[in-house]
Amino acid sequence: MTGEIGSDACFTDRIEPGVDELVVNVGPSHPSTHGVCRVIVHLDGEVVTKAEPVIGYLHRGIEKMAENRTYLQVVPLTDRLDYVGSMYANWAYCRTVERLAGIQVPERAEYLRVIVCEMQRIASHMMSLGSAAADTGAATMFIYAFDQREKVIEAFEELCGARLTYNYVRPGGVSFEIPEGWTERVLQFCRDHRDGLELMDRLFFGNVITRDRMKHVGVLSPEDAVAWGASGPVARGSGVNWDLRKHDPYSVYPRFDFDVPTGSNGDCYDRARVRLFECYESCRIIEQAISQMQPGPIRTPGLPRLLAPRPGDAYDHIESARGALGVYLVSDGSVRPYRMKVRSPAFCNLALLPLLAEGHMLSDLVVILGSLDPVFGEVDR
Amino acid sequence: MALIDRLGETLDSGQGGGIILSTVDSLLDWARGKSLWAMPMGTACCAMELIAASFNKFDFDRHGTFPRPDPRHTDVMIVAGTITKKMAPAVKQLYEQMADPKWVIAMGNCAVSGGIFYYDTYSVVRGVDEFLPVDVYIAGCPPRPESLQDAVLRLRERIATESIAPDRRREAVLTLPATGDISFGVRPGDPGAGGESGAR
Repeated sequence: MTGEIGSDACFTDRIEPGVDELVVNVGPSHPSTHGVCRVIVHLDGEVVTKAEPVIGYLHRGIEKMAENRTYLQVVPLTDRLDYVGSMYANWAYCRTVERLAGIQVPERAEYLRVIVCEMQRIASHMMSLGSAAADTGAATMFIYAFDQREKVIEAFEELCGARLTYNYVRPGGVSFEIPEGWTERVLQFCRDHRDGLELMDRLFFGNVITRDRMKHVGVLSPEDAVAWGASGPVARGSGVNWDLRKHDPYSVYPRFDFDVPTGSNGDCYDRARVRLFECYESCRIIEQAISQMQPGPIRTPGLPRLLAPRPGDAYDHIESARGALGVYLVSDGSVRPYRMKVRSPAFCNLALLPLLAEGHMLSDLVVILGSLDPVFGEVDR
Repeated sequence: MALIDRLGETLDSGQGGGIILSTVDSLLDWARGKSLWAMPMGTACCAMELIAASFNKFDFDRHGTFPRPDPRHTDVMIVAGTITKKMAPAVKQLYEQMADPKWVIAMGNCAVSGGIFYYDTYSVVRGVDEFLPVDVYIAGCPPRPESLQDAVLRLRERIATESIAPDRRREAVLTLPATGDISFGVRPGDPGAGGESGAR
């Protein structure tokens, strides 16, 4: 035995590959598969030789349904795409519609969109970190992470009345003005959240078991990350400095001062830690946005209920919590989209699973899957 | 279950069995209704609220309900989320693996009726009651965690009045299709069902 207990070289080098193969089915209902992912795992002893994800268990035909809805009626459908971060799909879709129909959005609406989306990033990353921790056996961390997530969701509920499916960002603006005292409560949350993040950093990332389970597991090289189309924290964990908020700036993001955290090793630990640091940056953006925001209209006045853009197509993308989320729309001049296509970051990141899982233990598979953070509403659409 | 079935039949038919039957019923109902372990069949958005209900702030444990992702440990299956035609056989199989007595809660509009995915889509089962006997329905998209906890409390009320006598048992279980032949009949509104609905 060459490796120490807990290091990645432990056990794996003692097994002769290709002796005999065991095929194990994981999912589609499994506590650690983050939804309805099914993975067919080929095992050699306990070492994964091949992991094939089987998707489609949550295929609801949202892209097809959009062809039968008017442009405004599609917004609630986009909520159900990435149900951990509904605001992103709302925004990506609305940006494409605005580009297609040539709608100008009031500045205050852009600021509100930035604030809610950065809060959504915190909520989504808390879910991701919590479940990644639960996969490694650290259930306590899930409780602390969920505590933070609940605070964001309470703020959203105050804002638009829904806890998960917000339908808040609409073509031409946002649906509601913020309630009284909301910004103060959000700023208070940002202050509390930093303490929470510090606690989680010590509790989880400083834990020796976490380090053993997550370091050097599922290493993704920067070249592979680019070649496989990975984006978001998965790419940034490998050191690829690619964030659409910085490198293809949209909305009012150029006005904010923030950093893009990147990892260096590209393992599960770095991917999870990038998410943690992104929450600090989100807090910074929220605070700047609240201080810069001016009173004004929140919706483009005089926008018709039935939008009928001129024939043509448009694509726009935003940086969601999982990566580059793009929506492509084709209009034939009628009140309904001719075709909608969602470029889902979760789908592209999940495609890395066979590459990352190969050569690791079966118990590392759930850690790798958790670090890719797929949401199956968005993978299967 | 077979023994309890026979017991129910014997007591129900025998003379003076009613008194013993009601005593046995109340004993069983008391024993069964206290701590319902849940099989979290979370597939989509509602699963987030199912998790929220189990964790801090809402704390499902105080009702004795604990999510246990193994069907053999659980009493009630909480179907939270959209069930697609590809997923339905897996859900049915998990339901069959649960030990009797077992109950089902349909959480959210998708599990109740298909919800927002009732029209215009070709891949969604319109309500989990097409292949499972549902005891409690919760409306909402997604329902709040409190609604889920209310559903569990209502299920406990229901369990408190259940009987093992054959004519008073739920008959829904007997009329279910087997896992192999779950076929979701084509309805008006399905693509290719004839008659244009939702046409462009």
